[in-house]
Amino acid sequence: MKTLKTLLAFVAILTLSAFTPVHNGYHIGDIATDFKLENIDGRMVSLADYEDAKGFIVIFTCNTCPYAQAYEDRIVALDEKYADKGYPVIAIMPNNVDVQPGDNMEAMKARAKERGFTFPYLMDAGQKIYPQYGATKTPHVYILQKTKKGNEVKYIGAIDDNSRDASAVNTRYVENAVDALLAGKPIKETETKAIGCSIKV
Amino acid sequence: MKQLYLLVIVVILSCQDRKNDKAEVAIIDEVAATTELEIYDYSGLEQFLTRKDEKTYVVNFWATWCAPCVKEMPYFEKLNAEYKNRGIEVILVSLDFPKQYDTKLKPFIKNKNLQSKVVVLDDPDANSWIPKISEDWSGSIPATLIYNKEKRQFYEQSFNFDELESEVKQFLK
Repeated sequence: MKTLKTLLAFVAILTLSAFTPVHNGYHIGDIATDFKLENIDGRMVSLADYEDAKGFIVIFTCNTCPYAQAYEDRIVALDEKYADKGYPVIAIMPNNVDVQPGDNMEAMKARAKERGFTFPYLMDAGQKIYPQYGATKTPHVYILQKTKKGNEVKYIGAIDDNSRDASAVNTRYVENAVDALLAGKPIKETETKAIGCSIKV
Repeated sequence: MKQLYLLVIVVILSCQDRKNDKAEVAIIDEVAATTELEIYDYSGLEQFLTRKDEKTYVVNFWATWCAPCVKEMPYFEKLNAEYKNRGIEVILVSLDFPKQYDTKLKPFIKNKNLQSKVVVLDDPDANSWIPKISEDWSGSIPATLIYNKEKRQFYEQSFNFDELESEVKQFLK
């Protein structure tokens, strides 16, 4: 009888878990997956290629979203400020290009050239990477720090507190977070929210 | 002589172009002048998210530049039309950028002849208000809040009409 009860409980748990989403993406402290994605220059890029990096500013972004466009200059500025300090920007385009042709590889190359991207702009071909991170929109930032365990997620969210007007920004979330990591201090705000365009599937 | 003809044609065409441009600008200006927007910051918007009367409110967050939002807009309009006598009210909260109110948002409202109530949220510090609308909202649009005085549910997703109708029906008794 006892075995039957155990069995029933086991079946119940299995059934329940089948209906709950298996993976909601990363939380602070999780180890982020590496990847091997094609860059706009045709090379394949992995986080492991960056032997000297202390971490990464991974940004899911695209050509077509007005919020992503509004942040292009600020993303370039982040890379210029932090790449040499060990935290380069790695941009990943997560949209399905059949649904959003304006984000295909040719368009990505053109946009990167036009906007003067200084960082890799990678295609999440097959859309395998963004769901593991749990990105839902563009732009969506994950700051990773290299640790012995792997690339640990230290910050998730917005770049700053004013999407549409760089000159009216009060709090620079990403800069504050990277500055804290560089100084070995705790990050004050580890998760923030911003409006963005849903990732096109 | 042939070249002169060509030149004349080019001049005429370019004049026409300019006239069309002017006409278009005039139409936008007219729409901008005759369409009134209700613009709120978050504290002003809150009254639409917290009503405690007998109605069920379907609050859709959208923008003219958001393709999936524009695609699902007719379903919200249809819902509003078919269910307004059954205690459902649709509120469309635009997140358009202020510089596009006159050029994009007002012409959209007029051209689509939107019948649901449209309000505009103009509050740049999204990190302060997104969690107040729903802790579960990451901030992507389209997103929809359905609530009445007893129940509240948030959806960070697109809807077709059947999905929307079946969700709303769970709020009607």
